[in-house]
Amino acid sequence: MFASRTLQSKSAIRSYQRSFLSTVAASVSGNENTIQNSEVQMNLFTAVNNAMDIAMKTDDSAILFGEDVAFGGVFRCSQNMREKFGPERVFNTPLSENGIAGFAIGYASMGGTAIGEIQFADYIFPAFDQIVNEMAKYRYRSGNQWNCGGVTLRAPCGAVGHGGHYHSQSPEAYLAHTPGIVVVMPRGPKAAKGLLLSAIRSPDPVVFLEPKGLYRVAVEDVPEGDYELPLGKAEVIRNGSDVTIVGWGGHLTVLSKACDRAKEEYGIDAELIDLQTILPWDTDTVEQSVKKTGKLIVSHEAPITCGFGAEVVAKMQERCFLSLEAPMQRVCGYDTPFPLVFEKYYIPDELKNLEAIRYVCHYAQ
Amino acid sequence: MLRQSKIIFGTGRKIASHHGELTPRVLRKNTARPSCHCLSSVAFQEDSIPPQPLIKKMRRKEAKELNGSQSVQHSLFDPELRPEIKPNMDIPSFASPSMLTYTGNKNYPITTKLKIIKPGEDAPEGGCWPVFRLMDGNGTFRNGLNDGFEFHSSHSGESHGSSFNSSTMEKIPDSEEHSLPHLRESLKKMYPLHMNELDQNALLVPGKYAYEDTKSDNTLLRCYTQMVRLREMDNILQNAQRQGRISFYMTCRGEEAIHFGAASALELEDTVFAQYREAGLLMWRGFTLQQFADQCFSNESDLGKGRQMPVHYGSKALNYQTISSPLGTQIPQAAGAAYRLKLEGKKAVAVCFFGDGCASTTDFHSGLNFAATLKAPVIFFCRNNGYAISTSVAEQYSGDGIVSRAPGYGMAAIRVDGTDVFAVSAAVREARKYAIEHSAPVLIEAMSYRLGHHSTSDDSLRYRSAKEVQRFTDESDPLSRFQQFLQRHTDISDNELNKIEETEKSGVIDAMRKAEKKSPPSMDALFTDVYHNLPPSLLEQQAQLKAHLEKYPEHY
Repeated sequence: MFASRTLQSKSAIRSYQRSFLSTVAASVSGNENTIQNSEVQMNLFTAVNNAMDIAMKTDDSAILFGEDVAFGGVFRCSQNMREKFGPERVFNTPLSENGIAGFAIGYASMGGTAIGEIQFADYIFPAFDQIVNEMAKYRYRSGNQWNCGGVTLRAPCGAVGHGGHYHSQSPEAYLAHTPGIVVVMPRGPKAAKGLLLSAIRSPDPVVFLEPKGLYRVAVEDVPEGDYELPLGKAEVIRNGSDVTIVGWGGHLTVLSKACDRAKEEYGIDAELIDLQTILPWDTDTVEQSVKKTGKLIVSHEAPITCGFGAEVVAKMQERCFLSLEAPMQRVCGYDTPFPLVFEKYYIPDELKNLEAIRYVCHYAQ
Repeated sequence: MLRQSKIIFGTGRKIASHHGELTPRVLRKNTARPSCHCLSSVAFQEDSIPPQPLIKKMRRKEAKELNGSQSVQHSLFDPELRPEIKPNMDIPSFASPSMLTYTGNKNYPITTKLKIIKPGEDAPEGGCWPVFRLMDGNGTFRNGLNDGFEFHSSHSGESHGSSFNSSTMEKIPDSEEHSLPHLRESLKKMYPLHMNELDQNALLVPGKYAYEDTKSDNTLLRCYTQMVRLREMDNILQNAQRQGRISFYMTCRGEEAIHFGAASALELEDTVFAQYREAGLLMWRGFTLQQFADQCFSNESDLGKGRQMPVHYGSKALNYQTISSPLGTQIPQAAGAAYRLKLEGKKAVAVCFFGDGCASTTDFHSGLNFAATLKAPVIFFCRNNGYAISTSVAEQYSGDGIVSRAPGYGMAAIRVDGTDVFAVSAAVREARKYAIEHSAPVLIEAMSYRLGHHSTSDDSLRYRSAKEVQRFTDESDPLSRFQQFLQRHTDISDNELNKIEETEKSGVIDAMRKAEKKSPPSMDALFTDVYHNLPPSLLEQQAQLKAHLEKYPEHY
């Protein structure tokens, strides 16, 4: 009944690498000079761990805290950190998301770097007052006298196969409606390390959403050194000329499969774009692509109504109206809470996306 | 609509004094209690008149009460609707009471002993934490004989000194030097019980240099001057809002002792997270009247660039975090800031202010728990002024105020009389010492009364009686108590007091006039500082707005 998608199996890892990595441009558009040549196989939680390790080594003020962070974290993202950096810099907090967010803001307001972990993005909501009313407005309301740019809140998000309502959510749409914060979601280990280092060092407060489904399964070669990927920049991870597909996070593996099938079954060449930063997002890259292909599909796990796909589509109809050859499509989760036993029906999977690709491409003809 | 000054001259001899210097004076008993001319009656009566029918009802009932009627019900308080509020006609004696009554009609025993109750120590018996008070309503220091509370031997700390007997007091000869240290010495002779405290109290220590605003190193007089300044600023800016010159204002009447008591005991390195009724702290650190006015008028000189409503002050230079409107968000932030100070090894604390209503928020719970568990040196300062807009404390909590929650968090705490500037200064000084030494938080609950409305959008006579406000004005206005202290123990003349009031009043008016004339900030300030750099989306939006303004210049 359930998809045989066990997170720890080697076959799952191989499947990820085959289907995703081999077909996407393994590009790392950072500063080539600072990247050491040596690369190492890392999964997502190892890459996140590595990024935080480098951040804390290079910044004495950096601290890492949250629920269960001290023993290594429920997803092992903080393993060995307390041993390396000590109990004053890596510690458990009491169970309170608003406390974690508020504490991070206060620490950062005094010039420190605060990496706060929210155990699941589904539990970020108690922290929303701190995020929306404080974090996002700290610099603006003070006339730039004060800021909390040193804050980075990390949270695992996204479908995992068995998460149900409260272990599967992707709250990027709520967060994206908040001018003043930066919202980032990496698609894999290599992007995650570079983006997380940028996020931690950014002069703006960042909410960093980590696709939990990729923590163990996503394995790729990741440079060992210190490198950063630019925030606010989307990346074209697969070139094509027939249709533009926009996505983010772990869902890109699904979209990538849809692109493969579109090529095999219909000869359609899809261009796949990873937004990487949801807010502020890279409208120019997407605009350029849509003007080229004339067709746009946005796909995300979160519910369709007022999901971030709505923003992408609205912006692109503004910018690319005359270039469009078909109505833009959103292939998203239904407007229901994320169900457990119905997950496979709920998810905007590769077949639904394939249908959308076929629809827009044949519409134009 | 500024009130007329009303001066009552005290009796007794005068000693020639220099401006800015205070000559200690023999304590006189039976002094006619002078009235501070900038206080008079209920501060806002004239600008919030209840609707017509109610006035008649009120006057009839009030006349009845004045004639000694049995009924103590006020028309605004229907016991059926609000059974928890029972009007209390007992006006305690001004001379050294043992109990104090605040809103909610609860009696709090007074202690003259400063004692921070540490985690693990027994919380006070009887379910009611005592209120620490040094100075009584008539400006004298307490002799400790009438305390309503005694700490038992398991509580460590200082014991009472010998009790005071006025007949053994000495007169101070004319020829002695006039100075703050000299005042301190004479006070120690008058109040031997308080010798230790008088040596340490920040208000009795001259400044290292002359204060910029008063041009003298006399801390005590500066405190009084600034209390008057704050009171005048409140009066005038509230009226400015009534006249439509600013959009909004919140006064601090009744809480000046909290502001200046706390500020005098803190250092500039102590970062402040305030709620919205703490302007005096900023004033003490050096925020000028012009800066206050600029923020309220949202002009180009506003440090906040005109983005927030009036009274949302902030200053990096003075280490005062810009306040926000949501309540309680500053509490866990203060814990985080204190943690940073601890990791940096700085001998400084974070100080976090909030009110009685705010102590019900989730952030209060999280913030205190985090600070205690993670050992952050923060002073949590609760201004219990009896009301959260219209919600009295009787509807806000069921326990013994806010201080009683501290043992639950494993936190040290003390309750203090928030209308006694000396007591607040002492409590904050000791709390700061404790917090730094133990890297642990301290909760201070300062009992006071909100004499003014919640804000200019509020008419508090709709939910409390003018009589209640008058009673608290008479009993516990921090400014009048402080003035009486000065008049008793120093040679400050009524002329000088008058002069202070006039100077401060004209200072406020001057600042306000200047602020009003300045232009608003540049329109670019709408888009900057959302992020460190302007993102492409905002550059685009900014260009759109500029184009729109060029098309319709007259309209905007």
